[in-house]
Amino acid sequence: MAEKIATRAAYGEALAALAEEYPQLVVLDADLSGSTMTKGFAKAHPERFYNMGIAEANMMGVAAGLATCGKMPFANSFAMFATGRAWEQVRNSIAYPRLNVKVVGSHGGLSVGEDGATHQCIEDYAIMRAIPGMLVVSPCDAPEMRQAVKALLDYDGPAYLRLGRLAVESVTDAIPGYSFHLGQGVALRPGADATVIATGMMVQMALQAAEALAAEGIDVRVLDMHTIKPLDGELVLKAALETGCIVTTEEATTVGGLGSAVAEFLAEHHPVPVVRHGVEDVFGRSGKAQDVLAAYGLTPAGIADKVRHALKLKK
Amino acid sequence: MSGPRAGKNGKVNRMEQTNMHDLALTAARSRLLAMEMVHRAASGHIGGSLSAMDILTELYFRVMRVNPEQPRDPARDRFVLSKGHCTPALYPTLAQRGFFPVERLKEFRRIDGQMSGHAEMHHVPGVDMSTGSLGQGISAAVGMALAGKADGRDYRVYTLLGDGEIEEGQVWEAAMAAAKYRLDNLCAIVDVNGLQIDGATADVMPSEPLDKKFAAFNWNVIPVDGHDFQALEDAFAAAAACKGMPTVLLARTVKGRGVSFMEGDYGWHGKAPNDEQFEKARAELAARIAELEGK
Repeated sequence: MAEKIATRAAYGEALAALAEEYPQLVVLDADLSGSTMTKGFAKAHPERFYNMGIAEANMMGVAAGLATCGKMPFANSFAMFATGRAWEQVRNSIAYPRLNVKVVGSHGGLSVGEDGATHQCIEDYAIMRAIPGMLVVSPCDAPEMRQAVKALLDYDGPAYLRLGRLAVESVTDAIPGYSFHLGQGVALRPGADATVIATGMMVQMALQAAEALAAEGIDVRVLDMHTIKPLDGELVLKAALETGCIVTTEEATTVGGLGSAVAEFLAEHHPVPVVRHGVEDVFGRSGKAQDVLAAYGLTPAGIADKVRHALKLKK
Repeated sequence: MSGPRAGKNGKVNRMEQTNMHDLALTAARSRLLAMEMVHRAASGHIGGSLSAMDILTELYFRVMRVNPEQPRDPARDRFVLSKGHCTPALYPTLAQRGFFPVERLKEFRRIDGQMSGHAEMHHVPGVDMSTGSLGQGISAAVGMALAGKADGRDYRVYTLLGDGEIEEGQVWEAAMAAAKYRLDNLCAIVDVNGLQIDGATADVMPSEPLDKKFAAFNWNVIPVDGHDFQALEDAFAAAAACKGMPTVLLARTVKGRGVSFMEGDYGWHGKAPNDEQFEKARAELAARIAELEGK
């Protein structure tokens, strides 16, 4: 059975593992190091870890200041507070001066579960994507996350990285020769009838949906779009040309995120039906993570419904 | 005090000024340059720039270890203009200090120039951090001070805030962090001119007692006359001598300082003078320069 591990856990391991190779790497957290999984790094390298307390706005500014002095800060909190509370600090103190800060949001999306709507950030892709020059990265599994952390360390500039709370099945390690490149999506499954473009843990659900649809004779391609910005236009265009319709799926609002990015791109390059799957412009609620996801249709069945709809539009 | 002193790097910096008369003259010239910038651009923040001018002059011409020929020298002292709208104070100071030609001040706020309305670090040599959104600069300064400690460097970090700016909650988040990490290499200066865009700070959002607030946040607090170069020199020296905690200078100033009809009038926070007002201001500032030049 494939490894099942949360992307936040893989992230924490990767930070600690890469600490020696990258002596300028420093980690900041806002009193959530046990949840964001930066605790391991903090324990191994206390002199390179800054707990900034429950003060995300200041944390982002401090990270910016560290970056002006050659440090490589990773600034961590829940996605809600890293991107929401501190949005303007990320925009004005990090992105505008193009400083080498990685903004890391853990517990993205509805799978926060029990904590409810105040902590279920569904807008992070949209609001980070809106900032000029900001990378938006959302790996789907542990192997991808480990490579993403290294790629982000090698990238000199501002970026947002989303981590998930739930343990998820690893799928990218089954792809022969898989390697992570910022801005390059990955075809995880071939298909000719429709394409599902997924990010984060919706990738695994998209693969399950494709499997289910195959039983109905529908041949679905699945793309893992770990980088939402910059979008891999080449891969999206190829899918539009070859399969004629697209479904996007993300554990986020359908307003402004991956679905919007794909729809915007195709509207300007090769219009085909694009059906967006995600949280449909409503807030989340409390409940066990799987129950919350199911209540909002974030399931393989939910994706399959959207694919059937896209196929109807295609005709 | 006479003649250039040897910098901490052992190199004598001829631009460095130790003479209070010279500092006053430099500040007077910067005030005129600031007035010309704002008048030419027909926009900009003149009131708070005039109040901060003596502080910036003291910093860049006497206190800070900087080298205009190597504006990114890792060993340099840093300055963050947290009240980032006061570029009419910072840019002329940097220009006179030799970071770029005074001529470039004509680019201020122009579409065909690189002198952005708020402080910008990539196109204006000598600017250490892009600022403008209030409350954010001090956090960056904390980050720079942390990096200095982490790397075992002895540079100092200065940041200038407005007394209206400190209404931003982030300032106090930063204040807590600076105290937590015992950043004695950090010195904040609050330009206490008592006025903000909508009126008196005491009316818009009372922030006094500032000394007790910062002291309660575990900062070393030094009240100072922000227009007295000797007092500023002594205060910065006391700040550098204080170990184990950050220092804040509460610099009492006059908004619009140096121009009779602008002094103490909050209406000049972000307004440019018209031609007639400019001529009047220019005449006053030029007279002050001539007086200091002994003409």
